[in-house]
Amino acid sequence: MKEQEEIFDVLKKQLGEDSVEFMKGDVGQPWFQFPANRIKEIAKFLRDAAELRFNTLMCLSGVHYAKEEELGVTYHVHSTTLGHSMAFKVRVPIDRPNVPSVESIWKTADWHEREAMDMLGVMFDDHPNLKRILTPEDWEGHPLRKDYEPQEFYQGMPTTS
Amino acid sequence: MIEEKIIDTGKDTREMVINMGPQHPSTHGVLRLELTLDGEMVKKCRPSIGYLHRCFEKYAESVEDYAKVIPYTDRMDYVSAMNQEHGYVIALERLLEVEVPERVEYMRVIVAELQRIASHLLGIGTFGLDLGAFTPFLYCFTEREKILSIFEKATGARLLYNYMAVGGLMRDIPEDFKSDTADFVKTFRPKIKELNDLLSYNKIFIDRTAHIGIVPKEVALNYAASGPVLRGSGVEWDLRKNDPYSIYDRFDFEIPVGKGEVGTLGDCWDRYIVRVREMEQSLYIIEQALDGMPDEGDVKEGIPKRIRPKEGEIYVRTETPRGELGYYIISDKGASPYRVKARAPSFVHLSMLPAISKGALIADMVAIVGSIDIVLGEVDR
Repeated sequence: MKEQEEIFDVLKKQLGEDSVEFMKGDVGQPWFQFPANRIKEIAKFLRDAAELRFNTLMCLSGVHYAKEEELGVTYHVHSTTLGHSMAFKVRVPIDRPNVPSVESIWKTADWHEREAMDMLGVMFDDHPNLKRILTPEDWEGHPLRKDYEPQEFYQGMPTTS
Repeated sequence: MIEEKIIDTGKDTREMVINMGPQHPSTHGVLRLELTLDGEMVKKCRPSIGYLHRCFEKYAESVEDYAKVIPYTDRMDYVSAMNQEHGYVIALERLLEVEVPERVEYMRVIVAELQRIASHLLGIGTFGLDLGAFTPFLYCFTEREKILSIFEKATGARLLYNYMAVGGLMRDIPEDFKSDTADFVKTFRPKIKELNDLLSYNKIFIDRTAHIGIVPKEVALNYAASGPVLRGSGVEWDLRKNDPYSIYDRFDFEIPVGKGEVGTLGDCWDRYIVRVREMEQSLYIIEQALDGMPDEGDVKEGIPKRIRPKEGEIYVRTETPRGELGYYIISDKGASPYRVKARAPSFVHLSMLPAISKGALIADMVAIVGSIDIVLGEVDR
């Protein structure tokens, strides 16, 4: 089991000082921030490195940072063999919201990435089946964005009463 | 209801695409499985969800108060509402750094474990029903009814309770709660044996569930399966022990795991029997909690008047009857959460279905869906 600071040291050594940031709010849990384009390589390292072994992806959530005009993806991973957890994030501009998919590394990401695409419009590159999951396939817009306006009609039916 | 499409491949065998659901008795809600069949064999399965989507996450962002999300969490997994609330209030308590009174903690554990039994009874009963065993379903519901009566006395509701509050409980604990619960524990224990005789070791039931829908350990871990699905594959993993929350570290109990007793490790029967054995363990926990629960104490005094966490974020996971329920909450110092994401166990387990149903017979699909015990309210949120 490793503390967050120890994980930070391992990551700095592997990825270089520039590619990892360690952040924390006033309350709650800390997280790491990585550049989006390296996320697949980093995810593979997190899963396979002998001192980390993050073999399960507990949760993958999309977030809309309206003020910064950015979309974020937060990954929560846990190691069932070593017993430690960590959270990490990537942030991408809203007009080019491309994040490499980690579906090939953790299968949980398959549906969670589809959900994040559906709800927030994060586009996961190399995802095998990136289709809407909770809303119908021909739905317009991404409901969890802060500036979302629901469409008035869906296939001729009014959406508000 | 069933739409058939025959694809001519020019060979003697022809594939057929058939929709199971959205209105199908074994889907326990509105779920559509698009099955590509070769004769009776499933070649491909594509679950289609979203029929029950009620915008939980959007709603949580738009309320004017964190506490107003609690009744909505009930409606995610509506057969284990207590466990859904428990996770959410724990997440907020950790964000606010609020101390929870002893009496409240014990009470929460007792209702959470009672809810676990009630939920497993429903899961087991309907699982039997799907496979043609009607009587055990009635036995299960008789027992579940007793738990719901206890809840009704304590909370005023039978299904969706809105009982837990940040730092406390919404209502005082009724005087006869302890004796009612103790009575239930005493009468319920022999019923588990009855259920085993009636269903678990019934030859027809074993024939329908053993060697069916095998989830290998590696697949379960790679998909981050949890709860009885993961334990059914032989992994000793329970968040109440592995990542203790509330006061679960004070109780002594075992984690039942599947062993492949009547079939292959990780088959439908293993997942089923884990649920039965978990009910026994829940009874042990309830007994210990009843002994330890202080008699005096105000359950409402710890509730903060205003819930306004500082800036930060948290991911809290708890063990619900279906597995790991996670809440990811981001606070931006506002009165309502900036983002709430619910990681539902049923959502994850359902995404495993294409991987575990390949090569199964269409009749066995019913057993596989029943054995992962999904609640569509939680899948779609």
